[in-house]
Amino acid sequence: MLEPFQEEFMRRAIAEMALLGVAGGAIGCWVVLYRLSYATESLAHSILPGLVLAALAGVPLLLGGAPAIVIAGLAIVLVAQVPGISREVAVGVVVTTMFGLGALLALSPKSPPGIQELLFGDILGPSNGDLLAAALLVITVATALPLMHGRLLAVGFDRNAARSLGASPAVAETVLIALLAVAIVVAVQGLGNLLVAAVFVGPAAAARNLTERIVPMIGLSVAIALASGLAGLYLSYYAGTAGGASVTLAIVAAYLLSLPAGRLIARFGDAAPVPATIG
Amino acid sequence: MQAEPLIEASGLAVGYGGEAAISGVSFALRPGETMALLGPNGGGKTTLLRALLGELSPLAGTLRVGARCASVPQTERSQLDYPVSALDVAAMGALSRLPWWRRPGRRDREIAADSLRQVGLDGLADETFGKLSGGQRQRVLIARSLVQDARILLLDEPFSGLDRPSSERLEALVGSLAAEGRGVMVATHDLEQAQRWDSVLCLNRDQIAVGPPQRALDVDVLEATYGGAIVELPGSGRRAVLPPHHHHHPH
Repeated sequence: MLEPFQEEFMRRAIAEMALLGVAGGAIGCWVVLYRLSYATESLAHSILPGLVLAALAGVPLLLGGAPAIVIAGLAIVLVAQVPGISREVAVGVVVTTMFGLGALLALSPKSPPGIQELLFGDILGPSNGDLLAAALLVITVATALPLMHGRLLAVGFDRNAARSLGASPAVAETVLIALLAVAIVVAVQGLGNLLVAAVFVGPAAAARNLTERIVPMIGLSVAIALASGLAGLYLSYYAGTAGGASVTLAIVAAYLLSLPAGRLIARFGDAAPVPATIG
Repeated sequence: MQAEPLIEASGLAVGYGGEAAISGVSFALRPGETMALLGPNGGGKTTLLRALLGELSPLAGTLRVGARCASVPQTERSQLDYPVSALDVAAMGALSRLPWWRRPGRRDREIAADSLRQVGLDGLADETFGKLSGGQRQRVLIARSLVQDARILLLDEPFSGLDRPSSERLEALVGSLAAEGRGVMVATHDLEQAQRWDSVLCLNRDQIAVGPPQRALDVDVLEATYGGAIVELPGSGRRAVLPPHHHHHPH
């Protein structure tokens, strides 16, 4: 069982996956509660041209992904200003444009091979810089989310009423989306453009099926992300499957398991049903 | 000598983008007073409540709100599949007192538990908010406004969707909270119930009438408020409002 730990590359992969699991599992709870799963997927896809340019220039992917996500965000805001275009349509237009542009760059004859790595990630080969970025991400998330917890909870519960409680919806949502954007840009190295959304949505959605309280949900989500990350890497090591894809499959499996598990908890765990009082 | 009003509005106009949605609103809400806010959909009830909460500024006239205002919205507007207990929701009321980086602590949760007891929900503090009945959820939101330590409660259609016993319990609770010196304003569609509050404010873009229900509510006022004709239902002695431009279709 401990054999993978004896390999240097596996130790690094496990460290990277653990860091991304902690960050993704925690942010993911707010992604799920704020119904931002589609936005997460879109933001991840829209950074492809930045990643390709960074790969062509031979610089860290972070340097391409960060400006690309800012440009995509601004473009969505701008396109949504056009009369008759809803926010959802704007996201669709911008994301497909950006993704197409990325594919165009990547598939031109002059581009070096390696686009697969951008699409599906390279969880088995994180650089020291990647590990450092992931560690900084965990510190940022572990600082920001507890500080914002009360406000995030109130805004997500009822956006309109939050203001009268002294919690600004604009501030809470901006902080959350900024954190999410940073996390996507950092995590894309490991899990790739197409698969990165899984770590922000899957573990949290599974945790949501298992508990009806926010703090246990965050704990469970992180635990599920860590467990399925490790399981995915083991699968990859022993079965010789692709790293990022194996992790994604493990996350999906965890989600599927959470469905019957949640139903069992609802039936047997909650021994005291709501008293049937009037009103 | 009457107590200093909690809210005083005079010639108030409020709206969006410089255009008035309501105008000519003048009234006072005193400690211990319950006031029904009557009017058709789109008549400006929500606009007035938002102005009282400070979310909209007066375009004309004056508005003085002399105490902390808490909003008790319709519970369907919140996410009912949200992972919070009744206690978590009530404790959110403490946020307005806390700096932005703090979340409600142990002391705040004790206050929240007391408030839940006060609204008659002891024993349900740990229940998931979305699993409570409509009336129970409404009382959790009232408990939240008590945690805010608000002396003015603004309830937006709190009785809609409640069965009769729930409605009566809520009405009794509102009465007892007012008796403790709070001012309560209730936006409602229920004319019959409005007659049991201390006063009514009729609003249909303009203020139609304000005062004790026995004096303020007459057929002319109701016609102007709801923009339609009042008819007596044959045989029942009850009155109903016919919407304007009502056409009879063959059935």
